[in-house]
Amino acid sequence: MSRFAIKLRFLRLLAFAAFAVLLTPARGQLTVEITGAGANRIPVAIAEFGGDAASSRIVTSVIRADLERSGLFRMVDTSGVVMTEATSPVFGDWKSRGADALAAGSIGASDNGRQEARFRLYDVNKQTALGGSAFVTSKTMLRAAGHRIADIIYEKLTGEPGVFSTRVAYVVRAGAARYELHIADADGQNAQVALISREPIISPSWSPDGGRLAYVSFENKKPVVYVHSLASGKRVVVANFKGSNSAPAWSPDGRRLAVVLSKDGGSQIFLVNADGSGAQRLTTDTAINTEPNFSPDGQHLYFTSDRGGSPQIYRMNIGGGDVQRVSFEGTYNVSPRISPDGRSMAFISRRDGGFRLSVMDLASRQVQVLTDSNKDESPTFSPNGRMVLIATEMGGRGVLSAVSLDGRIKQRLSISAGDVREPAWGPFNR
Amino acid sequence: MKRLVIPATLALLIAACSSTPEGGDQSGAPVESRAGGPSVATVTTGGVDGGRLPAVLTDPKSILSKRSVYFDYDSYEVKAEYKDLVTAHAKFLTENRQFRMLIQGNTDERGSREYNLALGQKRADAIKKMMALLGAREDQLEAVSLGEEKPKNEGHGEAAWAENRRGDMLYSGEF
Repeated sequence: MSRFAIKLRFLRLLAFAAFAVLLTPARGQLTVEITGAGANRIPVAIAEFGGDAASSRIVTSVIRADLERSGLFRMVDTSGVVMTEATSPVFGDWKSRGADALAAGSIGASDNGRQEARFRLYDVNKQTALGGSAFVTSKTMLRAAGHRIADIIYEKLTGEPGVFSTRVAYVVRAGAARYELHIADADGQNAQVALISREPIISPSWSPDGGRLAYVSFENKKPVVYVHSLASGKRVVVANFKGSNSAPAWSPDGRRLAVVLSKDGGSQIFLVNADGSGAQRLTTDTAINTEPNFSPDGQHLYFTSDRGGSPQIYRMNIGGGDVQRVSFEGTYNVSPRISPDGRSMAFISRRDGGFRLSVMDLASRQVQVLTDSNKDESPTFSPNGRMVLIATEMGGRGVLSAVSLDGRIKQRLSISAGDVREPAWGPFNR
Repeated sequence: MKRLVIPATLALLIAACSSTPEGGDQSGAPVESRAGGPSVATVTTGGVDGGRLPAVLTDPKSILSKRSVYFDYDSYEVKAEYKDLVTAHAKFLTENRQFRMLIQGNTDERGSREYNLALGQKRADAIKKMMALLGAREDQLEAVSLGEEKPKNEGHGEAAWAENRRGDMLYSGEF
């Protein structure tokens, strides 16, 4: 390709980027910045799709950005080549460009003014098709179609499901007395505001079906636990006992919540039904017991307690018995979150005066500190277990950071309109 | 128990207040002029129908206008210097059974938000326990925590943190 063509394409990209910025609500959009990537990234070529060129650009740019952001893929330059799912690839050409995988597709008109996105994925070295799919979509849902295609490509090439179609919840402090609970796509786009309050909101937790969020709101001058249905905006008070009510965590079957109540004195872990009925106390000592988190099989609760003199992580069965200490290194280990496969635990550990994201392999009890920051908080696993999203601080402002379990891949999500905090990564979008 | 010494004017004020009905409805109540300055302060808090508090709770000269107990790092012990303050509030509650108190525990910003909420609860519980021992009734008291969420001083560093390791005592109408 000539220098001129490259320049032209670059200008076209710039023009498209400027257009995209105009469409984006300036306030409250997360921007994602990749600050580290995997060592051996798979080279992938995403050709321009056939059909409507503007629609194709939206879909292919989403696919490329998603794959690139994961830190596992390197985008191979396609020189603007247009290929549909029906085009026979010239594998030798793609091999010489260095691509291991190639995707091609089209955006076509479907019934009722809807659109159909089709694509096919190829293994360039084996010269075979790895699969393909078709989605009926609409102009406004083209980004979602791109995320779905990126999820399939990710799964075909890594063997694990992708999380590009999932959503994240987080809290924005937009002013001295303005707190907002946001729900955005995993790439930070399409942020929607679920709740605005003059008082703090903390500890959002997704129901396993992805339809509801439990959280703690201070709107009544004390912490109260709510369950908020996202589609309807309907809110149910799940725990508003005398004293403080906090730290909600859903059971994997979505029928119960672990919460922390101070109604009997101290901070004790209880199980309540999702409608707030049937509170059952699990911890009975006088120490602090908080931050419960279910194991994926629903049989155990991990939690933070200072019963041994310093805050450490413990585990008990869901009847409250068989308590075991889990963390031993250091004097401050808090906020346990168990990975979806039940093998790892993300937590925050104080090391050299800094609060740092750490991961423990639960079988070997081996701990790896993943960051060198000072103010990591509130870890939350991606539903495929590959990344952990945390709140941290950058230049005095709250930002979110996604870190891969090996610590190599790092993305930073920040917002121009204020402090971002309290992330919660939602479940797979089924 | 250590005997509390209250200035004579304050004792009179407390006596005057103890006979008045609950806040907001005291237009006819006698106001002790010896306290000086404006007799009652109007408390306005969002969402609460601003009940007027008796002067003794708001007059800067009254010990009862002081509402904060400060704590050492990683400590939930009410320090000796705050015992007179807590005792005065316990006495007020004992003599004014119609009043309720919300005790809000706070922490500095370091560490986990939920763990800090539990630490703040310990501080609020410590103040509440002392109040109860001094005669305030359980149904007059509620101890809650705001954790690190509502810092009095938004700065970072020991001076700001010390201001934020705190328990605040609020009366009916103030919360």
